[in-house]
Parts: sequence; structure tokens; C-alpha cells
Amino acid sequence: MILIPCPNCGPRNSSEFTYEGENKERPNAATATKAQWRNYLYLKNNPLGWTTETWYHSSGCKKFLVAERHTMTNEIRSTKALGHQGGAS
Amino acid sequence: MSRNKPVKYSALGLFKRGLSGKEWPRVWRDVELKKTYDVVIIGAGVHGLSTAYYLAKNHGVKNVAVVDRAYVGGGGSGRNTAILRSNYLTPEGVRFYDRSVDLYRHLAADLNFNVMFAPRGHLTLAHNDGALRTMRWRAEVNKVQGIDSEVIGPEEIKKLVPYMDVSDETRYPILGALYHPPGGIIRHDAVNWGYARAADAMGVEIHQKTEVLGINTAGGKVTGVRTNRGDVSAPIVINCTAGWATLIADMAGVKLPIITHPLQAAVTEPVQMFLSSVVVSGSLHVYVSQTDRGELVFGASTDPYAAYSMRSSLEFTEELAGHVLELMPSISKMRVLRQWSGLCDITPDFSPIMGFTEVEGFLVDVGWGTYGFKAGPASGEAMAQLAATNKTPEIISAFDLARFEEGRLASERGAAAVGH
Repeated sequence: MILIPCPNCGPRNSSEFTYEGENKERPNAATATKAQWRNYLYLKNNPLGWTTETWYHSSGCKKFLVAERHTMTNEIRSTKALGHQGGAS
Repeated sequence: MSRNKPVKYSALGLFKRGLSGKEWPRVWRDVELKKTYDVVIIGAGVHGLSTAYYLAKNHGVKNVAVVDRAYVGGGGSGRNTAILRSNYLTPEGVRFYDRSVDLYRHLAADLNFNVMFAPRGHLTLAHNDGALRTMRWRAEVNKVQGIDSEVIGPEEIKKLVPYMDVSDETRYPILGALYHPPGGIIRHDAVNWGYARAADAMGVEIHQKTEVLGINTAGGKVTGVRTNRGDVSAPIVINCTAGWATLIADMAGVKLPIITHPLQAAVTEPVQMFLSSVVVSGSLHVYVSQTDRGELVFGASTDPYAAYSMRSSLEFTEELAGHVLELMPSISKMRVLRQWSGLCDITPDFSPIMGFTEVEGFLVDVGWGTYGFKAGPASGEAMAQLAATNKTPEIISAFDLARFEEGRLASERGAAAVGH
């Protein structure tokens, strides 16, 4: 079980959260090309190492947070609140 | 090229060896890594080994090296729950997996290796109307493709699996099941070893503990790989590395739409045979089968976050036990013997990616998610044909990498695994 330090609720089990995935910048809908949308929708870095990702505290404060997690050790070195908008993935 | 002459396995041979007490010879050779090959295959699992085997057998391409960072069958090929079936949802998927089951059926004779295929029947349970509807859909798609597959009710399920609780007293009552008689289980290690031995016998070289550190390209073409044992040049490099697929593809500058998720499994102590069918429940995120040795093998859905960690967790065992007991309350006294985890390379449409990439000569056979083992022979056969002829065989044409750009997804979400 990963313990995720929620900025609002403190350390909580990862089963309380919904994993939203790796953070990615959303292309500008007005100017984005097909290739950019494909890249945004399907291609992830899937790194072995540190990654920045979004989690949603669905069984807690119902807020999004951004975490830096190591994909091999599952260690989390930082979390910060994302505000009400969220859904960066 | 040196040819390895393996001992022919037979009942009489076994008897004679038993009497003489002579040591069995090595099953495959351990040779020096050469400087050049016709084809280098990365990953010595069922996909890499079967590709090598069919390259040598069907196309006469024998100057092939299969390299692996660890050992034969050490990844997903030795960590899966060894279930075979072909009752998928898309016609392309059904045709492809049926070819695989067909090859598996004759594999023991082809490889002269007992792979212990047991076509005991496969049940996918439906606990709600939506699931039952998908089962009917799958049954119809399957029947059109000539696959034995039908929806059955709780009474028939009870006949097949007497220990199952099919009453409506449970939290998720069983409404019906998709019954697929040709499905079953196989010994996955035997499949890996059998392919390795048979490929080696035809001249293919298997290099364990050989880690690929980089992929060399020049002018948009692959020229070879860099390994911890030196550089190797080859005009064709095939990526068969499942959970590590994106790390290898990154070395060639190819981006793949894959996320790596761990999947956990567990096995109980052995008991007398009582469960003949493979039982799968999507709603309960679990699949169960009993091995020939009598152990119950459990698998679950993938862990809900991307990771390369293969650590097992207590929460998994707890949740799994709860779900299994919901189906079969009478096994509550059985003890879990061990648990483990493997890595799944999940694609957006739950179908694999096989074929060419933008780097010429760099081929991929990846994105196998939770359904890679059952596809091993058919994908090996098709990838061997693709590598030897430089043309995509019809049977895998729906599973190319370009489909994500062109919007031709082959969605198997409803039939690929559990709990997606």
C-alpha cells in the first residue's frame, strides 16, 4: 500500500485515491494539430524513475493533488494541492 | 553455424535414463555472443522465443539471437496465470487468439516438450445485466468466427462448478456466464523452455543475463544493439519486452502508447482436484483455476497506478480472498502459499501493438497487457513472418502502431481482462 500525503487530509492509503495519471500539458484546442492530440491522448513517458502525476482524493477531501512518485520504489517525495480544477492528465 | 542436437524426449527415454542414472544434458546451449546476427530479439519470454522458433522453422532464418536482461521466462511469461482462451470481443481479436489456442493445442508434439495443456473449459461470470449483455455479444461474435462459446445460466454453472455459490443470497448474485469449452490452462514455464529448446536446436542463440543498453540507428534504420556484453549489429531488432517495452523503444527514439501497471497473483497450498473449469469474474476482479498439482491460482486486475515495482501487497491478498470467498465460501480454510507480481504493458484500446515502427528494422511486439501469454504462439508466428518477408500478415494487420494516429482502435476493453 502506498501512503499518499494529502495536502488537506495528511497521509492516507492510496486506495482512498483515484489515479489520474502522468501530468501532461493539454494542447490549445484552437490550434492543436491531429498529431498533438494523439500525443496528448495516447503517448505517456512511462518512465522508470521519478514521475509527476495527478491523484484525486475520491474517498477523502475530493480534491486533486500533484505528486512526485518513483515508479520503482513507489516513494513519494512531494505532493501539492491542485485546487478545484484538477484533471491535468 | 553449430547445431545443437537435443535428446528426444519420450516415455522410453525417461525410463532408460532412470535405469542408467545418467545426467540429462543441458537443454539449450550457452554460447559466446557474436558480433552480428540477422535478427536480434530483445526479451526471452514466450513472445521472443516463439518468434525466434518460427523464424527458424517456417522461414529458415537461423542466425538469430534472443537476448534477455535476466533469464528465460523471468518476466510476464513466467508470472501469468497460464489461462488460454479465444472468446474475445472483436472479430480480429477472436481470429487471432483462436489461432494461438490452435497452435497451443499441438505445441507439445511440435516442440517435443510436455507443455501440459488442459482444455478444461473457461467460465466468465456475469453479475449484472450489463455484463450479461456483453457476454451475449461476445458469444455471438465468437460463434460467427466458429468458436465454441455460449451463455449459460446459474444451474448449468452449478453443474460445472459444484462448489460455486450461485444463490441469490450473495452480494453480487451470479446471473449467468460465458462458457468457452476450448479454454483451459497450460504450464507456462514448460512453454518457455520448450520454445527455447526447440529454437536452440535449430541454431537460434539464447543469451541470458545480456542487457540491452542502447539501440544503434543510422539514417532512420536500426543497425544493432549495445549490450553489457558488447555491441551487436543486426538489420532487424524486435522488441518483445512487455512491461519494459517503452524503455527499450525510447532507446530507438520510438514513442509507444503504453503504460506499465503491475498485476498481482497468488497461489494456495495444493488440495485434491475439485475445480475443473477456469472461473473468471469481471465484477469481482478475480480469476481462479486449479493446477494439475492441485494448487488454486488466483489473479486479479492490474494495480490502479503505473509502476515498475514488482512487490506484492497485503491489501491485494485481503481483497482477493474476500472476492474468491464470495464465489466459493467453502474454501475459506485454504492457505495462500505465495504471491507475486508481474508487469503489464497496457495500451489505450487493450489490444496489442505488433509490426513496424518509424525506425526501419525496429519491430515491436508489445502492448500485451494482461493477455500476452495466451497469444504467444500466434504472435510469434506472425512476427516471424513479418520479419522474414517485410510484410504485415493479415491476421495482425489490425494491431499496427499506426492505428492510434489513424483512429482505428481495436477495442478489447470489454473482453481483454477483468476490472478495466
